[in-house]
Amino acid sequence: MTLADLKRGQQGIITDVSSIHIPLKLLEMGCLPGNLVELVQVAPFADPMYLNINGTHLAIRKETAIHIIIETAHE
Amino acid sequence: MSKQINVALIGNPNTGKTSVFNALTGLNQKVGNYPGITVEKKEGICKLPRGVKAHIIDLPGTYSLNASSLDENVVIELLLNKTDKDYPDVAVVVSDVENLKRNLLLFTQIKDLKIPTILVINMADRMEYKGISLNLDYLETQLKTKIALISTRKNKGIDKLKELIATHKELSIEPCLDASTIDKAYFDNLRKAFPNQLLYKLWLVITQDVNFGKTDRKTFEAVEDFKTKSKTDLKRLQQKETIKRYQFINETLKLGQTIDLKSAKDLRIKLDRILTHKVWGYLIFGIILLTIFQAIYDWSSIPMDFIDSSFASLSEWTKSTLPDGAFTNLLAEGIISGLGGIVIFIPQIAFLFLFISILEESGYMSRVVFLMDRIMRRFGLSGKSVVPLISGTACAIPAIMATRNIESWKERLITILVTPFTTCSARLPVYLIIIALVIPEGRILGLSYQALTLMLLYLIGFGAAVGSAWILNKILKIKSKSFFVVEMPNYKLPLFKNVALTVLEKTKAFVFGAGKIILAISIVLWFLASYGPGDDFNNAETIVTEQYASENLSEEELNQKIESHKLEHSFIGIAGHAIEPAIRPLGYDWKIGIAIVSSFAAREVFVGTLATIYSVGSDEEETIKNRMAGEINPILGGPLFNFASGISLLLFYAFAMQCMSTLAIVKKETNSWKWPMYQLVIMSGFAYIVALVAYQLLI
Repeated sequence: MTLADLKRGQQGIITDVSSIHIPLKLLEMGCLPGNLVELVQVAPFADPMYLNINGTHLAIRKETAIHIIIETAHE
Repeated sequence: MSKQINVALIGNPNTGKTSVFNALTGLNQKVGNYPGITVEKKEGICKLPRGVKAHIIDLPGTYSLNASSLDENVVIELLLNKTDKDYPDVAVVVSDVENLKRNLLLFTQIKDLKIPTILVINMADRMEYKGISLNLDYLETQLKTKIALISTRKNKGIDKLKELIATHKELSIEPCLDASTIDKAYFDNLRKAFPNQLLYKLWLVITQDVNFGKTDRKTFEAVEDFKTKSKTDLKRLQQKETIKRYQFINETLKLGQTIDLKSAKDLRIKLDRILTHKVWGYLIFGIILLTIFQAIYDWSSIPMDFIDSSFASLSEWTKSTLPDGAFTNLLAEGIISGLGGIVIFIPQIAFLFLFISILEESGYMSRVVFLMDRIMRRFGLSGKSVVPLISGTACAIPAIMATRNIESWKERLITILVTPFTTCSARLPVYLIIIALVIPEGRILGLSYQALTLMLLYLIGFGAAVGSAWILNKILKIKSKSFFVVEMPNYKLPLFKNVALTVLEKTKAFVFGAGKIILAISIVLWFLASYGPGDDFNNAETIVTEQYASENLSEEELNQKIESHKLEHSFIGIAGHAIEPAIRPLGYDWKIGIAIVSSFAAREVFVGTLATIYSVGSDEEETIKNRMAGEINPILGGPLFNFASGISLLLFYAFAMQCMSTLAIVKKETNSWKWPMYQLVIMSGFAYIVALVAYQLLI
């Protein structure tokens, strides 16, 4: 599944990021494999998405989120 | 002369870097531009212990040394260029104690450039609240640096920072980690090919999309025994580098920082639940907008009226005190009223930037961007375009200045180009008087036709902005990497000092930037209206006196007739006559023509010009209105201002680009005359066509 499939309040672990589609800036902000990501809030139509990645809070568009592969974190 | 050292303040956005800058320099700061680009350059002077003076540059905020915008590019260009006069003797990296992990990424990169570096950990006052404790000795050893733990809010730790800057010679210039291990063979090659260059600097130059003066990408292509990699490979390496840096940072923080989550409190979650809510979020944003609108519109009218009347009396006083002559007239009617035309915008601009900087400092602005992005994107704009479009209802000038935080050049350019369509406050006097003349006083469903017309004009303005953005988005072929990443910072109470300095600096920038142009145009206009060729102008007094000799006019009435005659035969009057054939199909006569021509300095001039041309001494609205209502169309007969010509005029003012100051600021922000000229021609051309069609249909 990708980051775009997360529901509000759900968490996941990033397993892969497609480096062609993801700006380096996002990687630098902590969007890297192995890091925990939580969907904090979504705007209407689930776009943009307000995320908490590894303690950094940021918003990205859905078009970017579909290129970030995650697996759900089971508590 | 005491010795001066160069200090560069570097850091991620939202780390309070500017607060540190303000704490170090106070009012000893100035804001300029980097040569050739509109990126702001903030610099200041700070006195240090032992008689050392520091020249401090507040570099634009950046997340790393990999530039993705013009602002970030400035940082790298300075740090890579040892010959730059501002090249830092010491770099101060400002970080936020709550986001230390991410902030340290940039820090480790700067260490690799072998620049003496101090680490500032800011917002120390939040540590207890967030349950964070730090092992500073351990961090200093691991990061090979000196740390200043400070709180700009509580004004703590600044002296320690000053002391560290003064003793910068003792700082280590050793990197924290060896980045070259991400691809050993490649970096060995690089080292062999360029033995005299710093390895990490070479790497940065290779991976950037931008050129760096003399060492650019081409240098590498020219060297035969060195083969650079494909873009995709380079990006993969950069990703590897980022992961490597984070590994080092994670290990360092594992022992250097402890976070007790139990004692951490989070206001963010509670506030975000409301402020970014699908319904409440928009509602609250609407209320905030109304408040800002009200303030800019209403509150600033008091100081504006005061400024207006002060300048009017100053002009009057100058005329009556100084000896008569061309110089006195130029001073009183050209320069003083020109200056008044600049100063009068100060309250609106100050209010606007007061609100904007409070919203930005508090962290709320990011939430607005988040809420609005999806809607704005349909029109080729960004969530970040909302602020300028709202500000545009006060004045397009500060609005265009507020586009600076839009990263994508295409989205920013479109925002700049369409903002002048929004109904600015200068259009209001024009709308009010024409509506009063041509729209009947009746009511529908309890709403007056006149108020509805005014509201419709605001909607037309906003519609034109959004519509043209949509078209521009389709036709502009600008390749600009458009990705949307917005940090959602913590909510903070705005610091008074930061807000005050922003308001002061923006207002100053307006007065000295756009002000020069407004002043110059006013002087030119004054000349054109005060002088004319030939007898008709120069002997106006004799001609008019003879003409009305039998009518027994009072001196005041006669003077008005003379002024009116002079204006008709002045250069600007001749211009009015010259353009009459072009504007007759729109339903206007040469007098309206003059008003339109002079409106190109600023729209609000329209009413004043008509007041002069219709020989109305006082500028009481009722009087002008009656005069205008009494004007007869010279060709068709009947009132000149009828429904058709009135609507035509309203539409013309709604669309035309008639503001020199806006053109000047667009030139400044886009760094070319091309875009303001497009605006002038296309907007005014469109206004002409719409006004023409409206008049011909309605008449």
